[in-house]
Amino acid sequence: MIDIRLHHPLSGFDLDVSLQAGPGITALYGPSGSGKTTLVNAVAGLLRPRAGRISAGSDLLFDAATGVDQPPHRRNIGYVFQEPRLFPHLNVRANLNYGAKRAHKAAAGPAFDDVVDMLGIAPLLARPTGALSGGERARVSIGRALLSKPRLLLMDEPLAALDPARRAEILPFLERLRDAGLPVIYVSHALPEVTRLADTIALIDTGKLVAAGPAHHILSDPTLAQRLGGAQAGAVLRVTHGGVDDDGLTRLHLGGQSLFLPQSSPDMGHDLRIRIQASDVILSRNRPEGLSALNILTATVTQVQPGDAGRVFVQLTLPQGQILLARITARSAAILQLRSGTPCHAIVKAVAMDRADLSRS
Amino acid sequence: MIELSPLAIAAITLSLQVASVAMIASLPVAIATAWILSRSRWPGLWLLNALVHLPLILPPVVTGYLLLLGFGRNGPVGRLLEPLGITFAFQWTGAALAAAVMGFPLMVRAIRLAIEAVDPKLEEAAATLGAGPVNVFCTITLPLIAPGILAGAIMGFAKAMGEFGATITFVSNIPGRTQTLPSAIYSALQIPGAEQQVVVLCAISVTLAIGAVFLSEWLTRRIARRIGGAL
Repeated sequence: MIDIRLHHPLSGFDLDVSLQAGPGITALYGPSGSGKTTLVNAVAGLLRPRAGRISAGSDLLFDAATGVDQPPHRRNIGYVFQEPRLFPHLNVRANLNYGAKRAHKAAAGPAFDDVVDMLGIAPLLARPTGALSGGERARVSIGRALLSKPRLLLMDEPLAALDPARRAEILPFLERLRDAGLPVIYVSHALPEVTRLADTIALIDTGKLVAAGPAHHILSDPTLAQRLGGAQAGAVLRVTHGGVDDDGLTRLHLGGQSLFLPQSSPDMGHDLRIRIQASDVILSRNRPEGLSALNILTATVTQVQPGDAGRVFVQLTLPQGQILLARITARSAAILQLRSGTPCHAIVKAVAMDRADLSRS
Repeated sequence: MIELSPLAIAAITLSLQVASVAMIASLPVAIATAWILSRSRWPGLWLLNALVHLPLILPPVVTGYLLLLGFGRNGPVGRLLEPLGITFAFQWTGAALAAAVMGFPLMVRAIRLAIEAVDPKLEEAAATLGAGPVNVFCTITLPLIAPGILAGAIMGFAKAMGEFGATITFVSNIPGRTQTLPSAIYSALQIPGAEQQVVVLCAISVTLAIGAVFLSEWLTRRIARRIGGAL
């Protein structure tokens, strides 16, 4: 368990955060310039905060009160920077080995071949770093950090500089990383990425921690939806793969109800998560008849929260307890007389969900 | 083909010896100084910077005289070193000291430019991978600035080969002992009928200087290519 408590003045505001990160991916989400990078730099030891205390388990890394400040090379914390920062005078193999050679002999961590296989960089090993594409560089830099056998991995928007295709190429590797159980602090201001990867979300704005908790809680909280992207906000449902129907639609089970994906998607395992954007959900008091939409879920309104542009966020609880978020106009909410406890039907256009929103849980 | 006089050959040999020793002895100091000037932050840095550049600005005869005052037999440093068997005044070692001091600013400048071209973010990355400061310097900074160090060393060597004013002031112009290539050219100019000797010595001097500049240019260009492949 990584325990972070720090205070540091930034231009215009103070960074003042108290945060814990356990196994799995903890996403630090917030607008650019809100202090996220400063926070991870302090954890890595690249920046000395004005006040605070940072510890990893029983190991004290920094304590302003007692003057403890372990230098970065003794902290055993991996860091994947926004730019790959590969060493230009070393080839890919030597870059990967740089951290591996300096790792603690006793430390647990993945083997060289496993990391190379996982990241698909075996064909690149003998190449100079100048000959790599952006996506390849990003993967090598992730591999280099992993091979130093860190007890915690910091990732500062490792995908921000990449185009969507490269990003899609790397996301599955990050999911495997999460499955491996290494604590990861993942800085991002891209909601789809955070939704797909995070186990825990810490929401940061102008240096303050706004909210922190399990990803599905934070993402389905209508009071946070405005901060979590507004029109892009959306809750995550945990579903199981129910096979591909004859007409090519993928069936997803969700308690006693079903959702259909518009294209066939291979079974990626039992527990899947699907992100449903709040603006793609339509609400109806009565069970709709004669409607082309296939995905109709029965739910109960649990909260109605005003958003911007005359919209409200409606939180709905499904019979088996999962939470869905809808973004509708305030006028519709008034006409439908939606309030906590109102039973209703949520219609999700199938086309609104695609495979990118479906990921392993 | 013109026969070189034994004294001319002695002058060329001595110049090569003086320049090599001056370059090798001052290189580590130049690297350390360049690193301090480009990577550390403290209030007195401008003073060190000014001091390093002083030999470039001062008339060489003044530098030579200051060396004589400091490192001469009666100078404060000279008196300290004499019991250890180290003397500079009117010795080839003095010529090497003068050459080192005069070439120092050029060396520091070349190495400093190379260090400043290295992205500190690479050094940070190395630290997060478990490398301590000395380790980072040896495995990241040093390999990346190697061409810059070589370029600086060559510039320092070339400057040492050509040093005249401070050398002749500090260690005089004793044939076979402190007479370097430029001093030999100067002496030959004083003798009527020795023009051929002067032309030959000048040609050797020019060749060495131009060769050094080209080599240094080529190495500097390599640095750019090497660090250009960075991020």
